[in-house]
Amino acid sequence: MTRINEKFAELSTKNEKALITYIMVGYPNESATLSIVRGLIKGGADIVELGFPFSDPLADGPVIQNASTVSLNNGTKIKSFFNIVKKIRSETDIPLVLMTYTNILYHKGYTNFISEAKKAGIDGFILPDMSIEESKEYIESAKNMADTIFLISPNTTKSRIEKIVKTSSGFLYLVAVYGTTGIKTGIQNYTLKAIKEVKKITNGKIPIGVGFGVSTPEDVQKYIAAGADAVIVGSAFLKLIEKTPKNSLEKNITSFTKSLKKQTILK
Amino acid sequence: MKYPKDGKFGEFGGKYIPETLVPAIEELEENYLKFKENKEFKKELDYYLKQYAGRPTPLYYAKNLTEKCGGAKIYLKREDLLHGGAHKINNTLGQALLAKKMNKKRIIAETGAGQHGVATAMACAVLGMKSEVYMGYKDTIRQKLNVYRMNMLGSKVHPVKSGSKTLKDAINEAIRDWITNVEDTYYLLGSAVGPHPYPVMVRDFQSVIGEEIKTQMKKLSNKTPDTVIACVGGGSNAIGTFYPLVDTNTEIIGVEAAGKGLKSKYHSATLSAGSKGVLHGMMTYLLQDDEGQVTETHSISAGLDYPGVGPEHAYLKDTNRVKYHSATDVEVIDAFLMLTRTEGIIPALESAHAIAEAMKVARKSKKSESIVVTLSGRGDKDVEEVQRYLSKNDKN
Repeated sequence: MTRINEKFAELSTKNEKALITYIMVGYPNESATLSIVRGLIKGGADIVELGFPFSDPLADGPVIQNASTVSLNNGTKIKSFFNIVKKIRSETDIPLVLMTYTNILYHKGYTNFISEAKKAGIDGFILPDMSIEESKEYIESAKNMADTIFLISPNTTKSRIEKIVKTSSGFLYLVAVYGTTGIKTGIQNYTLKAIKEVKKITNGKIPIGVGFGVSTPEDVQKYIAAGADAVIVGSAFLKLIEKTPKNSLEKNITSFTKSLKKQTILK
Repeated sequence: MKYPKDGKFGEFGGKYIPETLVPAIEELEENYLKFKENKEFKKELDYYLKQYAGRPTPLYYAKNLTEKCGGAKIYLKREDLLHGGAHKINNTLGQALLAKKMNKKRIIAETGAGQHGVATAMACAVLGMKSEVYMGYKDTIRQKLNVYRMNMLGSKVHPVKSGSKTLKDAINEAIRDWITNVEDTYYLLGSAVGPHPYPVMVRDFQSVIGEEIKTQMKKLSNKTPDTVIACVGGGSNAIGTFYPLVDTNTEIIGVEAAGKGLKSKYHSATLSAGSKGVLHGMMTYLLQDDEGQVTETHSISAGLDYPGVGPEHAYLKDTNRVKYHSATDVEVIDAFLMLTRTEGIIPALESAHAIAEAMKVARKSKKSESIVVTLSGRGDKDVEEVQRYLSKNDKN
């Protein structure tokens, strides 16, 4: 059982859903990243997604694009990223998921990159531009090493969802809306419908996390009520980070995380 | 490779795309396969290519340039004479017509030098469709006239200020738009890049260039040309030129932008100096750093300023069927001026890369040999850039 599986099992015994939080490592700078992660953990985040910047983040909206550029300009490298992961791992057992783009892994070699990441303390991967058709080598390299979390979209067909479920481990990432990360469209009926449809197909075999545009406690509450096993909040954290002075980062992140986490605890 | 079912040219190509785009890409492939063999569709496209765009284009024997070089005969495939001034219209008419058959109401496109944007705006205007074009902010300044042309043709131009503010970022932004408006929007990609089926579809629409060269050379000399040369950025005019000749004995050369030199950081010679990677939905050669971050490129021609290349070119390079060379900015300006002054033809700076290579090859070849250069576009859009370059380098 991976840390991610254990976390979902543990939450289910407590009658809770998962709050998954995303941040970009190296944004606004390397030293802030640790305070931010501490804030997330104190606030009750269940899983932390750590973004590694890529020069061409084509699934991301302006907020994460900007964070990516800032992080790259700050000199974030694979080695410095893994060093931060190691530091985080020495403080906590929380599941850590690495989110980046395919080329970063491909360039180092899937096996090589994944084993380095695993050694640093990464439990799973999300690659928004990795399709199941191209995933053979990636999946084989991650086997028994880390979870491979694939995305599905409200327009994904039933037969394709079945294939994606077979290729995925850890959880399924349901993209809530048509758009890039951080998009503001409000909660759509098609999303609520998609959650129910996907749940029917997965039949409890793998948890479903809903992300993209999830930014407030109200959003969290509605998606959980619709049946999501987890919600993923990213851009909203980056926006908060952008406007928070360094000395209150940990505190403000903690309280925002708490407000979101509260909605995942079922009565 | 005729039609690679999985979209793979050897290990290159494929579909590395966000899941939201999968249904759109599948719908596109299904419709493309259906319409490409459809008689009515072919007839309609043929009509527009002939009557609207001006096909077939001449194969012009550049006698003065040939004599200057003193070697092989140089022929120019005059894509610059097409409506809009570049080969781009071959593809935009094909895809816009396809989009219309698919009942798509909104067309989006990216553009580098602006030629694809203009060709998209024209095709959409004549077919009665709405278009929006993403263009790197840097390119909107370098190629201001094309921005005006697109606006006048009724297209909305979105300057892209992210990343390097050039073609690669325009593609990122167009893909983001497509993800957001996937239901009613058709993405009209301008080069032989991107996820399957774009590279093969764009190649097919551009193959009219190579097919005509074959026919025209056969008429002239009863054989295929000894050498064909075309410039390569994403590589659409090149693959259109090469593909019909791949199974012949013709020597094939693609020319990349060496900018300020392959040893400098300022070039766009992806195949000559790049390594394998994944960008814009495809596995191909990329210019990237040792961390897998895509690097910024440079070329005097905005249309070649791209850190990737069409996956079929990557395959043709690795299988040694096509040689990929490069030309520096300095060589390109020389070739630009040479063609302008000897033949009275102002080539696009992109095409001047191919001219530069042709001059080198001609000098080394026998007079009995023939070289066909695809003159992919005319250079009116570049006269300002060249003037700037010349006054800066005091070389007139």
